[in-house]
Amino acid sequence: MRTSLEGAIARETGTLYAFVERNFRLVKRYLSWEIVFLFYNVINALTIGLIGYQVPAGQRNTTILYLVIGALLWGYLSILFDEVANSISYERWEGTIEYTFMAPIRRLTHLLGTCLYGVTYGIARTLVVLVAVALFFHLSLSHANLWAAVVVLLVSSLSFMGLGLIAAVLPLLSTERGAQATHIIQGVILLISGVYYPVTVLPHWVQWLSWLSPATYSLEMARSALLNDAGLGDLWLSLLKLAIIGVLLIPVGLCIFVVAERWAMRTGRLKRNG
Amino acid sequence: MLHQTGPVIHCDHVVKRFYEDAQPGDSGVVRRGLWRRRKREVTAVAGISLDAQAGEVLGILGANGSGKSTLIRLISTLLLPDDGTIEVFGLDVTKHAREIRRRINRVSVEASFFKKLSALENLMFTGRLYGLGAQETRQRVHYILGRLGFSAAKVNATLESMSRGQQQKVAIARAFMTTPELLLLDEPTTGLDPKSRRDVQDFVEEIKARRETTIILTTHDMAEAERLCDRVAILDAGRLVALDTPQALKQQAGADVESFEDVFFAFVGREDWEEAMADEDLA
Repeated sequence: MRTSLEGAIARETGTLYAFVERNFRLVKRYLSWEIVFLFYNVINALTIGLIGYQVPAGQRNTTILYLVIGALLWGYLSILFDEVANSISYERWEGTIEYTFMAPIRRLTHLLGTCLYGVTYGIARTLVVLVAVALFFHLSLSHANLWAAVVVLLVSSLSFMGLGLIAAVLPLLSTERGAQATHIIQGVILLISGVYYPVTVLPHWVQWLSWLSPATYSLEMARSALLNDAGLGDLWLSLLKLAIIGVLLIPVGLCIFVVAERWAMRTGRLKRNG
Repeated sequence: MLHQTGPVIHCDHVVKRFYEDAQPGDSGVVRRGLWRRRKREVTAVAGISLDAQAGEVLGILGANGSGKSTLIRLISTLLLPDDGTIEVFGLDVTKHAREIRRRINRVSVEASFFKKLSALENLMFTGRLYGLGAQETRQRVHYILGRLGFSAAKVNATLESMSRGQQQKVAIARAFMTTPELLLLDEPTTGLDPKSRRDVQDFVEEIKARRETTIILTTHDMAEAERLCDRVAILDAGRLVALDTPQALKQQAGADVESFEDVFFAFVGREDWEEAMADEDLA
């Protein structure tokens, strides 16, 4: 019994690792593009941070940090969302979708492997941007609670994995339109979540949408931790809410995916040309 | 020999229909989906019943659009039948997909890989999905590719730098390295150069001699079907029109047939490939 359980765990771990390893190998093969994207991410974060120089000197550090937190967290969450949501599109473009879907693996393990890659890849890229931003702006983190910020980042990942899984269904249903729809979803989340401004500046008819976005809570908590030294004791209730959203979104995303997969198998969409 | 008691594949009145956007003037138009859009119903597989026995090579012949690839996708658990049942190893494909997937593999006409990755990197990924360790995967890959006449030095080259024949050999290695009990070869030699085609055919013959793997082979190459297959099924417009050994089919086709190609045309009721392929436009 114990041996079969250990064997099952080893098998599932091996499958998880397969997706992480393959995707990092692809990163290596597309290294020049990775450098270009990373360069763009760094420049983007710096230009957004530079907007903070318009405010009086006394508020400058806080404003730059406010903006940079938005750029970094959004950078991370959008990478995670992109990688999970577009994982099916990549398989279609390469023509491997049928082979991946007829492999004897659990869909849960397949998708969690993709999520695990998204988290590690997103953290790696965000760290590079963070180092560049810190060096450029000489930011003071005297009021920052870094550990709390890391916890916020990890808990936020859960809900974005869930959103990514729901969005990954779209390319399964329709190759081109699905990929287009994932970009629209990403754009709406960027607009409503208060990435570079408080959500209170949004028009009233849009503002209520911000409360539906997990990114709104992630950004609020990350800013509290890094600007006001808020610790886990201050943030636990919001963290719990965000964790519950994540824990609900992941199985919901998975269920929708499995239903969509059955639909694709019934209609013949589970192939390279969709 | 395999220890499968019943047939490895059992198809019973299998039907698969697809719905395509209807064009003006199309017949058989139905309203489908949430928006009740006009769709043309295409019956890709129309009530096929057949069995494949353990260790045999069953060929499936037909023009493009005859339902060969759809049947292969149905057997390989990538499609769900609309009617009828398909059992693989006695298991229903609609209910036991994962158990079946462990024991089967497939080679399709397109060698589908991450083209920027090397052959070994692609195969390592497959190995992990099938529970193989890195060392075991390497050993199997080198053995199979060696048997296919694939240079060992090429194993670290990217797929995009390989010829079509080399890519197809890597695809065959991907299928065989998982030691499937059932192998679905969907036009594995289409578009290959003569040497690569011979290498692949020799390898299939070697596997056939061992009688450890059941093989379903779809092909347009009639000589290939005659050489490699124990039995041949001929499909036309989604229907099974003949199923027997190549020799028996030749006898059934009449005294005046010379080649196996003539046998095929005799059963599908066409004069030549041009006429046979004309149906593709109608499908």
